[in-house]
Amino acid sequence: MNDYLLLFIGAVIVNNFVLTRFLGLCIFFGVSKNLKASVGMGMAVTSVIFISSIFAYGVYNFILVPLHVTFLTTIVFVLLIASFVQLLEMVIRRYLPALYKMWGIYLLLIATNCVVLAVPLINIESNFSFAKSLVNALGSGVGFAVAIILMASLREKLRLAEVPKPLEGLGIAFIVAGFLSLSFFGFSGMIK
Amino acid sequence: MFRLWKIFSKGLIMENPIFVLALSLCPALAVTTTVINALTMGLSVLFVLSANNVVVSLTRKLVNHKVRVPIYITSIATIVTLVQLLLQAYAPLLYKDLGIYLSLIVVFAIILARAEVFASKNSVVPSFFDGFGMGCGFTLAMLIIGTIRELVGNGTILGYNILGHAYQPALIMILPPGAFLLIGYLVGASKLLNEYLEKRQKARGEVV
Repeated sequence: MNDYLLLFIGAVIVNNFVLTRFLGLCIFFGVSKNLKASVGMGMAVTSVIFISSIFAYGVYNFILVPLHVTFLTTIVFVLLIASFVQLLEMVIRRYLPALYKMWGIYLLLIATNCVVLAVPLINIESNFSFAKSLVNALGSGVGFAVAIILMASLREKLRLAEVPKPLEGLGIAFIVAGFLSLSFFGFSGMIK
Repeated sequence: MFRLWKIFSKGLIMENPIFVLALSLCPALAVTTTVINALTMGLSVLFVLSANNVVVSLTRKLVNHKVRVPIYITSIATIVTLVQLLLQAYAPLLYKDLGIYLSLIVVFAIILARAEVFASKNSVVPSFFDGFGMGCGFTLAMLIIGTIRELVGNGTILGYNILGHAYQPALIMILPPGAFLLIGYLVGASKLLNEYLEKRQKARGEVV
């Protein structure tokens, strides 16, 4: 149990996906202008990572390994995740219109995105068991959500600040992310 | 000839994928801790981008418009797998250093964007130059970031000691926060440079 807890906290804080591994930056900077959108995006990413990790684990261990074609992992995972996300989008639009309104548009944005592809790849690279893959996926998603929500709150405050002209927009966003990353770095001694 | 040069050169500065378009940032931050890693990553992307543009352009009349995105993704993933296998065979240490980020070239927004915006509408030669130019711009940006980070954070370039042994390396530049700060300032600097170039072009009376 302890193991799983450490893995979870490690994925959320210590190895935070955005701030120490630089994954999902396109979405991170694109969506974090708006707090409400960031919350929706955080939820969408978490659920997609979680479910696609399940699929990826199955496909890798029951199809790719027995057939000795593990070098196809990248191709198979990309197509798997992209088509799964499309399907999810259709199902949600049909059966859960309220939910679709909330984060439907973000689903298509993450169909081919590095966060979603990276988690299954990391799970396989680290030889995680099925349960550990799930914990890692959940932790990574929550970590992404925490980072993007923090960033969105910071950027809303930033709107009132006077920023040097060349740094307006993207430049200052990076610098703020740098300080955010610096503060997360303080946790790095927590888990070996 | 002039038209091709224009297609090639716009990726270098005016539409630099990293500093101006802010696409494909993950690798720019993650693997630029040393010059050699940055260069390998840059060249891999350069290869994938030009090769994919050529493939997409060659097949642009065969591909049904509705299923184009999955086909582009398959083509990109195939080329990336080729690069992975080549690096694994001939440069295993670099392959290990780049790790997961090499597979992630598949989902780089810049590659899909160039296929969709340019290669699917133009013939082979301009498409190649478009991909080549964007790839060079990407590599250039990676080199700039990698050089600054390795020099300030470790006092070396390509492993050779440049700043002497008395230099105290500023470790933060190699750590993640330093990467974010550096890119922030570089984005600002490239904005200034672009404004200057535009002004100069206008002063000369050219149409931008």
